[in-house]
Amino acid sequence: MNAMTQEVGNLAKAIDLRAYRHQVLASNIANADTPNYKARDFDFRSALQKATSGQAESGGLALATTSAGHIGGGSGAGMPGLQYRAETQSAVDGNTVDMDVERAQISDNSIQYEILTRLITDKFSGMRAALAGTQG
Amino acid sequence: MSLFNVFQVSSSAMTAQSMRLNAVASNLANADSIVSSDGKPYRAKQVVFEATPVGAAGEASRGVRVRQVVEDAAPPRMVYDPKNPAADEKGYVAFPNVNVVEEMTNMISASRSYQTNVEVMNTAKTMIMHTLQIGQG
Repeated sequence: MNAMTQEVGNLAKAIDLRAYRHQVLASNIANADTPNYKARDFDFRSALQKATSGQAESGGLALATTSAGHIGGGSGAGMPGLQYRAETQSAVDGNTVDMDVERAQISDNSIQYEILTRLITDKFSGMRAALAGTQG
Repeated sequence: MSLFNVFQVSSSAMTAQSMRLNAVASNLANADSIVSSDGKPYRAKQVVFEATPVGAAGEASRGVRVRQVVEDAAPPRMVYDPKNPAADEKGYVAFPNVNVVEEMTNMISASRSYQTNVEVMNTAKTMIMHTLQIGQG
């Protein structure tokens, strides 16, 4: 039973990271026309490894925020730090969002998210089957 | 639920893009307005976008907002038309500095960006609906 909850916990961590990544990618697409905006992303593999091994990044040093408009230095609690995407084609306005890359990544991310929801559902139906097996 | 931030991010981008489309419409409509409210020829307006933090998600969510609307610094288009009452002593009329080709490409770009943000929103909605179905069936 412990192993099963552990497995669901790991899937939940992965789904959390997928939701976080969707936010990052949505921000990239939203800012496709913003001058000097730099596209950001994070390495999913290493972020998941860190999350499942219980050593989630704190997102670096926190900055003091004295106004509501200040952006905190660290990312959300336990969420991986963001990195800038390597530029493929430079734009005159300093923007590094490549729409093709972002759209491909966002489709990929949403499919992976759906796979994870199915996997969690399957885990639960497995548990249910095991419970039903003891009856009758 | 961090996915709800996607709605805020995408809708801020859609608002910004529709403001850009608004500026394009204004520029195209006034492409031949030789007198505007200040008595001078109309000047093309351009919106300036800026990334802005959205929600409580820290650095992950950046929406878009229009920082300012600037007037195009290009000189007015001078057209020789001595019969026009607005002509100067040399017979030239100052027409707005609206570049119609530029405005058309601006329009296409704004509408494409708008569509993409709608798609991102729909994707996030599908993901949330799938999350609600976890454990069913």
